[in-house]
Amino acid sequence: MHALPDLVCPAGSLPALKTAVDQGADAVYLGFKNDTNARNFAGLNFDHKSMVEGIRYAHSKGREVLLAINTFAQAGRVADWRKSVDAAVDLGVDAIILADVGLLDYAANKYPQQRLHLSVQGSATSYEAINFCQREFGVRRAVLPRVLTLAQVEHVIKNTDVEIEVFGFGSLCVMNEGRCWLSSYACGESPNTVGACSPAKYVKWDKQPGQMETRLNGILIDRFGDDEPAGYPTLCKGRFDVQGETYYALEEPTSLNVLEILPDILKIGVRAIKIEGRQRSPAYVAQVTRTLRAALDSLRDSGERYHVKPSWQAELAKVSEGNQATLGAYNRPWR
Amino acid sequence: MNQKMTIPRFRLPQFVASLGQKLPQWPHSLVLTGALNAALKLKLLPESELALLEDKLFRVRVLDTGGEALYTFRSGLFRPVFQATREPDLAFAANLSAYLQLLTRQEDPDTLFFNRELEITGDTELGLIVKNMLDAVEWPNLPQLPLLRG
Repeated sequence: MHALPDLVCPAGSLPALKTAVDQGADAVYLGFKNDTNARNFAGLNFDHKSMVEGIRYAHSKGREVLLAINTFAQAGRVADWRKSVDAAVDLGVDAIILADVGLLDYAANKYPQQRLHLSVQGSATSYEAINFCQREFGVRRAVLPRVLTLAQVEHVIKNTDVEIEVFGFGSLCVMNEGRCWLSSYACGESPNTVGACSPAKYVKWDKQPGQMETRLNGILIDRFGDDEPAGYPTLCKGRFDVQGETYYALEEPTSLNVLEILPDILKIGVRAIKIEGRQRSPAYVAQVTRTLRAALDSLRDSGERYHVKPSWQAELAKVSEGNQATLGAYNRPWR
Repeated sequence: MNQKMTIPRFRLPQFVASLGQKLPQWPHSLVLTGALNAALKLKLLPESELALLEDKLFRVRVLDTGGEALYTFRSGLFRPVFQATREPDLAFAANLSAYLQLLTRQEDPDTLFFNRELEITGDTELGLIVKNMLDAVEWPNLPQLPLLRG
């Protein structure tokens, strides 16, 4: 039997980090307050002081801190991304999560001792791509994009020595990770360029009697009735008129939830399970971390007799985007 | 914050709102700005983000009590606004229970927003700044406050 996967939890602020640690995260992941990470939202993330305190807190409890520098260095500003790598090493984080091969090369050459992870934004879905990053940059772990079936994840694990991390819970999008330009289509900015999908300054929630309209840079994304759940204002989750029919033409607002297949994830040797949501509040981090921790501990203690508790599902359903949770690509019959 | 107390989702009866709307609204603004200024004094709110709130008009509406508070941030202090002369830059609307759940960090604003229990209109980026600023506050333990005792 493999060791229990690490539970890797999101932290957009110091209180979120402390909450994650207190509720049983094995590792937290976070980012600087700038566009070197893919959750560069107004007011979110860590300045130097809160980063130092966060790392001190996590390490004092024996947990790891993973720092995401997972956007792509923009032309003329490569120095900013390199400086962030230098700062991360200086801070003494346990690993840096990188997507840009140029930065991976920089970090691997300058800091050969530093543990490097390949970000989901690096978009490596095959063991060949992952082994390449191991050979060239000494990458120790890869976070898989959320497009693979469980059988495909297993195939990757069997053909690499690199640790594999998968997503276990959180909002889903079209999942063209590290390659998605939908946000740029609407507003000229996307995670790859500015570190944010559908930046808030382009979003307008327009409340009218009986309904609410969402617009992204003027483009009507969706219209909700008063009793309909709302979703994030991204193009991929909009309802559009396609040949006379209005529906979720790209992706319905949905959340991934792997509680049901946790035993399979353990069996195939996944090294870490990641929770999405650095943009969410400490309350979300507490709820999701607590639930996943309880599920993982129960799996460790009861093995074959593991079963999903209704209270776990209820807790996760409450914080989910959209009115459904899915297993995402993990149990898809087609590839 | 005390994690042991849970605030249930509730909605006050309709007559409370109809009554509340007839009462003067300025006490709400005074109480809210008083609390925010107290947080300022304790240096709980980050200065870099506070600068972004300068001269913005905020409205917090409590749907089931019929109360609302209008305030602004100017020259380092939150100040009540008694008469709005323009639309607020940022407006929140929710029932009392949702605000209490937010304040005690029992629920996350995105959750309440997805479930349509919290309405945010106006400048969305300003809303995000305010949300993230409050999320980043390390509230001191205040176990003596009777309201927060479990």
